[in-house]
Amino acid sequence: MMDTAPLLQVKGLVKHFPIYRGVFQRQVASVRAVDDITFDVTRGEAFGLVGESGCGKSTAGRTILQLYKPTAGNVIFDGVDLTKLSDEKLRRMRRRAQMIFQDPYASLNPRMTIGQIIAEPMLVHGLATHKEVTEKVKEYLRIVRLNPGFASRFPHEFSGGQRQRVGIARALALQPDFIVCDEPISALDVSIQAQIVNLMEELQARLSLTYLFIAHDLSMVRHISHRVAVMYLGILVELSDREELYNHPLHPYTQALLSAVPVPDPAVQKNRKRIILQGDVPSAVNPPSGCRFRTRCRLAQALCAEQTPAWREASAKHWVACHFA
Amino acid sequence: MPPITSSLPILQLEGLVTQFNTPEGTLFAVNNVSFDLQEGEVLGVVGESGCGKSVTMLSMLRLTPGKVISGQAFFNQQDLLSISLNELNKIRCLEISMVFQDPMCSLNPVITIGKQIAEPLEFHLGYSKKQARNRVVELLSLVGIPEARKRLDDYPHQFSGGMRQRCMIAMALSCNPKIVIADEPTTALDVTIQAQIVELVQRLQSEMGMSLIWITHDLGVIAGLAERVIVMYGGKIIEEAGVKELYKNPRHPYTVGLLESLPKLTDTKHQSLQAIDGVPPVLYQKPTHCTFAPRCKYAIDDCWEMEPKLEEVGKAHRVACWAVDRVKRIVE
Repeated sequence: MMDTAPLLQVKGLVKHFPIYRGVFQRQVASVRAVDDITFDVTRGEAFGLVGESGCGKSTAGRTILQLYKPTAGNVIFDGVDLTKLSDEKLRRMRRRAQMIFQDPYASLNPRMTIGQIIAEPMLVHGLATHKEVTEKVKEYLRIVRLNPGFASRFPHEFSGGQRQRVGIARALALQPDFIVCDEPISALDVSIQAQIVNLMEELQARLSLTYLFIAHDLSMVRHISHRVAVMYLGILVELSDREELYNHPLHPYTQALLSAVPVPDPAVQKNRKRIILQGDVPSAVNPPSGCRFRTRCRLAQALCAEQTPAWREASAKHWVACHFA
Repeated sequence: MPPITSSLPILQLEGLVTQFNTPEGTLFAVNNVSFDLQEGEVLGVVGESGCGKSVTMLSMLRLTPGKVISGQAFFNQQDLLSISLNELNKIRCLEISMVFQDPMCSLNPVITIGKQIAEPLEFHLGYSKKQARNRVVELLSLVGIPEARKRLDDYPHQFSGGMRQRCMIAMALSCNPKIVIADEPTTALDVTIQAQIVELVQRLQSEMGMSLIWITHDLGVIAGLAERVIVMYGGKIIEEAGVKELYKNPRHPYTVGLLESLPKLTDTKHQSLQAIDGVPPVLYQKPTHCTFAPRCKYAIDDCWEMEPKLEEVGKAHRVACWAVDRVKRIVE
């Protein structure tokens, strides 16, 4: 199923948001939301990106799609560097790389019908004429298991899970190769999450899609992804195959993150040895020197403050950035 | 931790019915809910949004905007739902306090943290300003806020989400209550911060020995925390059991489905998740049948005709389901 050539190559991607102050609105500092991340996503793969809120995972997703203009770095999608494209060429490229958003309530226009919402991208990109579009909308509603008769209804008539299906149909309508899924299930009820994840997996197999799956729920990421990258304060700290990452996490942050996931089994949950991280994620305006995780790390030593750990391949296809891992 | 004993429960809720009048009609939010809470017990309440778990607790303290139609909530031989507001105010915070889900919305953004936590101390316990201030420092240190004295005059926005939730917990504990009701206290937080808060609450609960009701939709959190669990669906309790029993031997099709739908960190082989079809009900009609029947794969004719009652199926294990024997056969 998987082709070995990477569909997406992210090279040294940086996104800083400037902070302006004073009468003259001079730039005084910047939020270093994404600070030099590099990874490949293989065709047909589901690539998971996890981390706590504020670690820059959503910014990374949006910068990859050029919804934010990167401060530095390259995003090479199917051989083309998106950061160097003209606006017009980028617009045409966007058809192939779509996004599913976190909040199914905020990401659908309340004044448009479901049919209009799904039809709009097809009309904009010239994938359907006004005549054909009604039929196509029905087809996509069927694909995401919604009643095709719903096309004339408005978003407020639907539940969260149904709205997320509409969001998926809208992304699919352009027949993309690549979809950035930005926490697509975290706003949904527990009993609905599994429905949406199953649908996304089925669609991936059927339409040979490539996913960048951004989430903070590690058990769901493990379920859906082939490879997983862990982000902390704007940088990648670990990247590996799913099984390897969950069975042999190397970075102390990944270890802590995994041990914090509650297990729905009282016998396990009550007796588990847990690594409880102290404190909060530091500010991305002024990240700690050296290793960014050192302020909360149980292994931290003087070296960690002085030297930034290199991004190295600790074992085959298992990358980590830590002096002691 | 005391086992479930036959001693008098510290809190006893009987037949609570709460409804909301909305422009779309009456919403039947809580339909005949009864439960007991023992002294020193940690009770988990699990359910999805809209299942009535929060409204049940808010109704007990008369904090809900909805209408409590009937029911009694006995605490110290007093019915919280019929005593005067003056008397109730003495119980709120002093005896029963609450920690809310979103600490940003439940703290006043224009009053310093120190003042907000001191308020119940001055109001209920008659502390002077200075006494209250000292006690607040103690409380903040207790919940693990570093350099508490320096942070008294900070405003809520100067704290992180986890720190704000610690402040809420300090406030809830300020008057040494007998019962703390925590309404999804970690839902808005990251897993690492959630682990910190759960550990903190567990430690404080065992040190101070209060009873704790922990409301959540996360079956994982409750597994490590609670001694007994209540599962709610469609404004009713549908299953109630000791924590080990519930996870090992769930009997209601909804509980079974929820547990099956979770991906497990220990899973080795990849298979599709067992999803529960359909959506949770919105109760604009008074339920006359089992509210889970439309989503239930075990449903039989009875499920569409009569409402099931909670019935004993094992030791301290109660389930409201007409098809409970069928579920057991099929699961096994």
